[in-house]
Amino acid sequence: MKYIIAAIKPFKLEEVREALTSIGVRGMMVTEIKGFGAQSGHTEIYRGAEYAVNFVPKLKLEIGVSDAMADQVVETLQKTARTDKIGDGKIFVLDLAAATRVRTGETGDDAL
Amino acid sequence: MQLKKILPLAAIAALLPGLALAQEAEAVADAMEAVTALNTEMVFIMNSLLFLVGGFLVFFMAAGFCMLETGLVRSKNATMQATKNVALFSLATIAYFIVGFNLMYPGDWVIEGWLGGISPTVLEPVGVELADVDDVEYASIGSDFIFQLMFCAAVASIVSGAVAERIKLWPFLVFVVILTGVIYPIQASWSWGEGFLDEMGFSDFAGSSIVHAAGGWAALAGVLVLGARYGKYGSDGKVTVMPGSNLPLATLGMFILWLGWFGFNGGSQLAMGTISDVADVSRIFANTNTAAAGGAVTALILSTILYKKPDLTMVLNGALAGLVSITAEPLTPGLGAATLIGAVGGVIVVLTIPLLDKFKIDDVVGAIPVHLFAGLWGTMAVPLTNSDANFVTQFVGMAAIGIFMFFASLVVWLILKAVMGIRVSDEDQVTGLDKTEMGMEAYPEFSNR
Repeated sequence: MKYIIAAIKPFKLEEVREALTSIGVRGMMVTEIKGFGAQSGHTEIYRGAEYAVNFVPKLKLEIGVSDAMADQVVETLQKTARTDKIGDGKIFVLDLAAATRVRTGETGDDAL
Repeated sequence: MQLKKILPLAAIAALLPGLALAQEAEAVADAMEAVTALNTEMVFIMNSLLFLVGGFLVFFMAAGFCMLETGLVRSKNATMQATKNVALFSLATIAYFIVGFNLMYPGDWVIEGWLGGISPTVLEPVGVELADVDDVEYASIGSDFIFQLMFCAAVASIVSGAVAERIKLWPFLVFVVILTGVIYPIQASWSWGEGFLDEMGFSDFAGSSIVHAAGGWAALAGVLVLGARYGKYGSDGKVTVMPGSNLPLATLGMFILWLGWFGFNGGSQLAMGTISDVADVSRIFANTNTAAAGGAVTALILSTILYKKPDLTMVLNGALAGLVSITAEPLTPGLGAATLIGAVGGVIVVLTIPLLDKFKIDDVVGAIPVHLFAGLWGTMAVPLTNSDANFVTQFVGMAAIGIFMFFASLVVWLILKAVMGIRVSDEDQVTGLDKTEMGMEAYPEFSNR
């Protein structure tokens, strides 16, 4: 099993969710986060004083998938979250040691 | 005024030609007496009504100040800001009734034209009759007291916004009691209590200087003694932005203040018993409104030009600066002049808010630009439309009020600093006054415990 963590632009969430659901992803976790990457922030002005916005708002998606699906999920994520502009985000893939469904006690791929 | 009172009597006299001569004289005399009494009652009733309606409108400004300030502080200080606003209004009420009101409207001066005597406010007796009212040509004491009290409380509200986010609750409240019970009433007696400024011909209709700049001066003294919020200004002159927690709430506060200002300026006509007075009150409403609009639009455009994007907090301050600017003379300008007077107020706030930061004067909500700077402008703008006022007298009044309010406040702040300490520690400021001073958070669901 793989654990996929992706940071994406917030407005892309719905599009990404639809695309992932259509290829068979049955769940994900979404968190509002702030961070920086190549985009590395910008400046704003509040009451005449300039300040740096060093951390840009993004959404973090966390998805547990079977090994077989991992590549397809990453590819779908990359395609749908993409705008070709700076700040589109990152996708990380980790090995997932175990998974358990709380309601039934099922483990492994069955729990995903 | 006198002529208008006689006109209806003449009309009644004209309606009674058919009576026998002796009877006629007697009947006319009776009719005239009845109409005079009725007219006196009507004027008294309408004047009192103006004060009562104006009073509850200006009362609502306490809510306006509270929402504006609570919205412009960070969420970790919101409970403290709301607490200060409720407490300051309540304390002002008590201080004003015990000493303030009679100090501001002295029957007998201790020092002629400068200092009144101390005595509590006494209302007219229950069910008072025409013959027994305190001032039959004016209004009931209760209505006058409640109206003037609201102005006094507004002065304290102005201070609370400027010193927000780092002042301790109790020293602030002690200052409020002294400000509303003694400092403001003494200063206001010079003009509105028929003291020496009134004698000179100083003209400040509803208080650009007497209320707004006065509050601004007290706030400036407080901010200087208190120092900036922890972390606001870096050693290299860099300004750390501390954005307000709830701009819709601040916007609601601004609109409430705008509404309250109709009572503030309109009620300051002090009379509504004749056609000319009602027409003047209406003029004042229209001018007050348009000046606010002028200030808001100017701030909207100017902040967009200067900073590429419009700054809502400056637009809010701009509307309020427009209102403060027109407060010294809301009657004589036409709508065009009123708009321009307000617009200049809008320019003043947009330019002076960053200027205060340059001098490391940390005014959280912009109370000093809005109430002090626009108040000074409003005071000096009176002679532009009112030929009874002149620039020299306006300047003398403005300066006298400023010197007294600033230094009297400064002394009180310094004493409080020495005796009680007024500043919350840096660490507690970082944690937030809601947790450290109040033990109660405004938005507990949204914070990590």
